[in-house]
Amino acid sequence: MTAVLERLDVPMVKSRRHAAAPRSDRRPWTFYALATVFTLYVAALYGPMICIYILSFQDVRGGLVFPMKGHSLHWFVDLFTQVRTGDVKGSFDRSIKLAVLVTVITLVVSFMAGLAFRRRFFGDMFVFYLMIGSLVAPGLVLGIGIGLLFQWLGINASWYTSALGAQLSWTLPFGVLVMFAVMSRFDSAWQEAARDLGASRWQTIRLVVIPILAPGLVAVALFGFTLSYDEFARSLQTAGSLNTLPLEIWSMTLNVTSPSLYALGTVTTIVSFVAIGVSIGAIVLINRRRGTGPASH
Amino acid sequence: MSRQSWVAWLYVTPLMLVLVPFFLIPILVVLVASVLETDGFGGLIPTFTLANYVGVLTSAQTFHLYAATLKFTALTWFFTLVIGFLVAYFLVFHVKNQLLAISLFLICTVPFWTSNIIRMISWIPLLGKEGLVNSALLGTGIIREPLEVLLYSSVAVVIAYVHQLTIFMVVPIFNSMARIDKRVVEAALDSGASRLDVMRLIIIPMSKSGIALGSIFVVSIVMGDFFVVKVMSGGGSASVVSAFYENVGVLQYPIAAASAVLLTVILIVVISLILRAVDIRREITQ
Repeated sequence: MTAVLERLDVPMVKSRRHAAAPRSDRRPWTFYALATVFTLYVAALYGPMICIYILSFQDVRGGLVFPMKGHSLHWFVDLFTQVRTGDVKGSFDRSIKLAVLVTVITLVVSFMAGLAFRRRFFGDMFVFYLMIGSLVAPGLVLGIGIGLLFQWLGINASWYTSALGAQLSWTLPFGVLVMFAVMSRFDSAWQEAARDLGASRWQTIRLVVIPILAPGLVAVALFGFTLSYDEFARSLQTAGSLNTLPLEIWSMTLNVTSPSLYALGTVTTIVSFVAIGVSIGAIVLINRRRGTGPASH
Repeated sequence: MSRQSWVAWLYVTPLMLVLVPFFLIPILVVLVASVLETDGFGGLIPTFTLANYVGVLTSAQTFHLYAATLKFTALTWFFTLVIGFLVAYFLVFHVKNQLLAISLFLICTVPFWTSNIIRMISWIPLLGKEGLVNSALLGTGIIREPLEVLLYSSVAVVIAYVHQLTIFMVVPIFNSMARIDKRVVEAALDSGASRLDVMRLIIIPMSKSGIALGSIFVVSIVMGDFFVVKVMSGGGSASVVSAFYENVGVLQYPIAAASAVLLTVILIVVISLILRAVDIRREITQ
């Protein structure tokens, strides 16, 4: 620990020996101040969202603000039956398909990249900075670049080609960064042991590496799914003629001023929450099975 | 190249197969488009010209757009940093029960996995002229007339940004703070340091990487955004990217590309200034 202190170069307060009074276990005033900040933060985080969920259950007289005018499922029905709000059903369908596709690709590609990045290799910083660049590049700029590229190549932009690639350029850096965090806790001795016991390279990955990393892989999948499902800026110029759900919501914010907008918000948030719930449930389940199984660590 | 490097490259090939055609080449395409002429119908004429850059750099509008964008960036960065730091500090150093701390942390992160657009729209019932905030203020008699600056204004833009992006500060700062050995803090207190000293000499320096990482996220997202500005300002303000979106709307690709290149250069300068302060990669992979 002294090493830590030295590294920090902390002028270790030699001049102030006087204050060595015993510390009490009573909570300092900062605890209460910060607890208030935290509570307000969480309230501000969820409060507005909860408002629109409530407002989406108004009846036909409903408006965009409180007070509630009756309650019904009118705006949810309206959402999926009215033509004037656009093709909600179709875009919902496309978004889910695209998100599943992105999740699978993100999972596989991030896992492989995570394996590569455990050791330094020739050109690793190039790949790393390319990834960071892809993460921080303004989405619209990248979207236009991809759009122009497809135009020059004479390929039609569509949600399953150009938008898929555009979304991967956003989900993969996240996936790989999560893999970095996951891999940092992976002891390669386990892998070496498996190799020593005669497992092939593929067996080692399938029977040792993947099971150990499973909770982390679930987290990568969660990132892949939700980031794709909610992606907007990069899809805007690359989705072609058929909208994904966030693009549909965007066009609704410009011309729909009824609670059906809120109803759509409620529906898409439910999808996100299901994804989060399934992922957290899976992680808990995996950890519990480990806790009781013989292979616990 | 060693054999190990070959194997590693085999593993990163799929990643490169996405990053090269969908990041590297598109950025180069934008770079090329920025020095071409337009035929006025969305097509590009392959003649080299710097007129687009001259146009962008000499217009007073560019200056105003950057001033507006930098104002939003600075305000958002400040508020997200203060709130994010306090929230992370509370979770790491004040919540003694580990399980509780992780649960509270998860509560903070859940909205990250939901739609940004929906979270932004959700301010309408609160900030509108007849919204909850105005009703509450009118009800308590603090104001007589409903405040109109709350929604569709710069205030609303900053609120929406802070609402969306504080999480990008909380997570990395939480991570770097969680790595601080609590015994270091104990030792400092035992040797007579005040709690202010501990904050100033231990916690802030050791959270630097988290702060840097969070700042990169927040700055790059705000500078690259046009959606929040467009919706929450009610068309009143514009940002660099929203102006650029208008250019694309009228098929002025070269002008848009030139302004995109300028924005990217500024973004790279800002990020490398932040990166000079800390070695992010070491921090992430550790």
